[in-house]
Amino acid sequence: MEGTGFGEAQFRRIPEAPPWQPRLTYLIAWRNLVHDRVRFAVTLTGIAFSTLLMGIQLGMLLNFLHTTSILVDHAGADLWITAHGIRTVDLATPLEERRRFQALKVDGVATAEPYLLGFGFWKRTDGVRETVIMIGINPEATMGKPWDLLSGANPRDLLLSPDGVVVDRLYAEKLSVDSVGQLFEINDHRVRVAGFTSGIRTFTQSPYVFTSLRHARAMAFAQEADPLTYILVRVADGYSPDTVAKELSAHLPGADVLTAEEFSQRSRNYWLFSTGAGITVISGAVLALFVGVVIAAQTLYASTMDRLPEYATIRAMGGPRRYLYAIVIKQALIGGFLGYLVGISITLVLVYLGRDSSASPEMTWWLALAIGIVIELMCAAASLVSLGKVTAIDPVKVFR
Amino acid sequence: MTEPVIAASGITHTFGSGTTAFTALHSVDAEIRRGELLLLMGPSGSGKTTLLHILGCLLHPTEGEVLLHGQSIEDLSEDELGRLRLKHFGFVFQAYNLFPMLTATENVLVAFDLARSDIEAGRARARELLTLVGLEKRLDAYPGELSSGQKQRVAIARALAAGPEILMADEPTAALDSENGLKAMELFRMLAHEFGRAVAVVTHDPRIVHLADRIVRLEDGRIVPPPGATAGDKP
Ligand SMILES: Nc1ncnc2c1ncn2[C@@H]1O[C@H](COP(=O)(O)OP(=O)(O)O)[C@@H](O)[C@H]1O
Ligand SMILES: [Mg+2]
Repeated sequence: MEGTGFGEAQFRRIPEAPPWQPRLTYLIAWRNLVHDRVRFAVTLTGIAFSTLLMGIQLGMLLNFLHTTSILVDHAGADLWITAHGIRTVDLATPLEERRRFQALKVDGVATAEPYLLGFGFWKRTDGVRETVIMIGINPEATMGKPWDLLSGANPRDLLLSPDGVVVDRLYAEKLSVDSVGQLFEINDHRVRVAGFTSGIRTFTQSPYVFTSLRHARAMAFAQEADPLTYILVRVADGYSPDTVAKELSAHLPGADVLTAEEFSQRSRNYWLFSTGAGITVISGAVLALFVGVVIAAQTLYASTMDRLPEYATIRAMGGPRRYLYAIVIKQALIGGFLGYLVGISITLVLVYLGRDSSASPEMTWWLALAIGIVIELMCAAASLVSLGKVTAIDPVKVFR
Repeated sequence: MTEPVIAASGITHTFGSGTTAFTALHSVDAEIRRGELLLLMGPSGSGKTTLLHILGCLLHPTEGEVLLHGQSIEDLSEDELGRLRLKHFGFVFQAYNLFPMLTATENVLVAFDLARSDIEAGRARARELLTLVGLEKRLDAYPGELSSGQKQRVAIARALAAGPEILMADEPTAALDSENGLKAMELFRMLAHEFGRAVAVVTHDPRIVHLADRIVRLEDGRIVPPPGATAGDKP
């Protein structure tokens, strides 16, 4: 071995690695992951699929959470007076008009405005009837008016126009509306499209149709002379909504007085828990998670089995178990992260493409982040079987 | 005669228990010294590998004592034995067990990383070691692109990475043709003679007997006096 320059110096120990230096386990994990192309593709597909499914399901849930209480959240009222036992804003029952006058007498009530919500049948141009939710408010109302109107229209003017209704452009096609000025019928009464809102989704898939209280009363199927379903209250300056709510409750036996937040919460809870809607999307997300775990665990296990002789060699050389754990876990987490990137990208594209549909999933940065964390936790869980296999390696047995 | 690096005395090793118990070694004494190439020979099943594992601190014997530099290793935990192996031993096994997706250099680098050595210094040393074993042209080759003899030499370079004082090999020439087998043995001998390593090699390859400084022969788990055992060119 003359001329190789090799000598005793080559047996001297070399310097220790600085603590910040990344370990070779990253490289080994990465190469393990991509070594078998097919397995790598399966891993990515599985995790991406899981991410996508979770993203869509939870995005739908987020959409549900926003749409189920959208009327309450945008009405601008401090308090809602409702018939006793109301469960969600969309399923209204009648309230007597005199309640409003009673309410106005209560200390701390600045305004109390009538609000009528009821079902109606919208006759499309092709004669097909669509169920809609009519909302009637006074054109001069300060609360409960349509919002996000297209082309900056004034809600008062639209509601004052003869037979005028305001619909959302998300549902234009569903209602066969092409343009402002078109005539339709609701419950055999004439309506004229006065304007459009943008992005007022409905959870029930029955579009909201805003109109004047007078017009809505004329179209409503009601026994009462002057039907209404809610009273929207604004409290006077210096009063707390909670105190005024207590006071109102005392004066209005047989009606419920809820703060906007309570009514919003109650509406969400109804759809999420009393109907199967929430459970369905959540179980969809959980199912997606399981699919991901199974696929990730399978491919990681197969890859770990392939590497057992090398891992046993590391143990024989004196490497600690945690060195092997680090390889397996890093492999799982790197795979998880890449799969997540693919999955969340597809999710974002789909969310973007579906932004104008009537039931599109929503995505926020914190939901995307939360899904990423869940995916990484899932991958850590998926590595457990492989970790068990690695723990059981007996270097002595491998070298017989 | 130098102090033995490893000395084992009264080693008895039994696998299993009860009716399936099998005693692979019976009261065996053995030692490995610096600067010496020791061959462990004997028929298949005679206990060579078991003895090598015990001398290599991979396995606690059922009975008997193993001293590393005069210190008993009996009470050491699995983790402590691991650290001991990392520091003092280099192993070459019959199956090379190189990571197929790492290059020759990277495979050697694994040993440096286990010892928590600086990666850049380790990379330079890995190249030197691969050059020493004659692979200077295959530094970035993957195991799949190497011949058996070349893979064997990567495994040897890896075993040498931590600068071990003891090098152990189990049938290192079994998968090699005679030319490569001889080359590997000459390398072991050079490491013992020129660099003062203690080298123990399990083999039943008669072609390499003449390179040994000392031969321990096993039969049915017992040491048998070898005919002309100390043949070879002891310094
Ligand atoms: N884990 C084990 N359990 C039971 N018997 C074993 C085990 N390992 C080795 N043996 C037995 O011990 C004997 C010696 O094995 P070994 O040391 O591998 O021999 P050699 O290397 O000389 O071929 C053999 O008969 C083998 O069957
Ligand atoms: Mg053997």
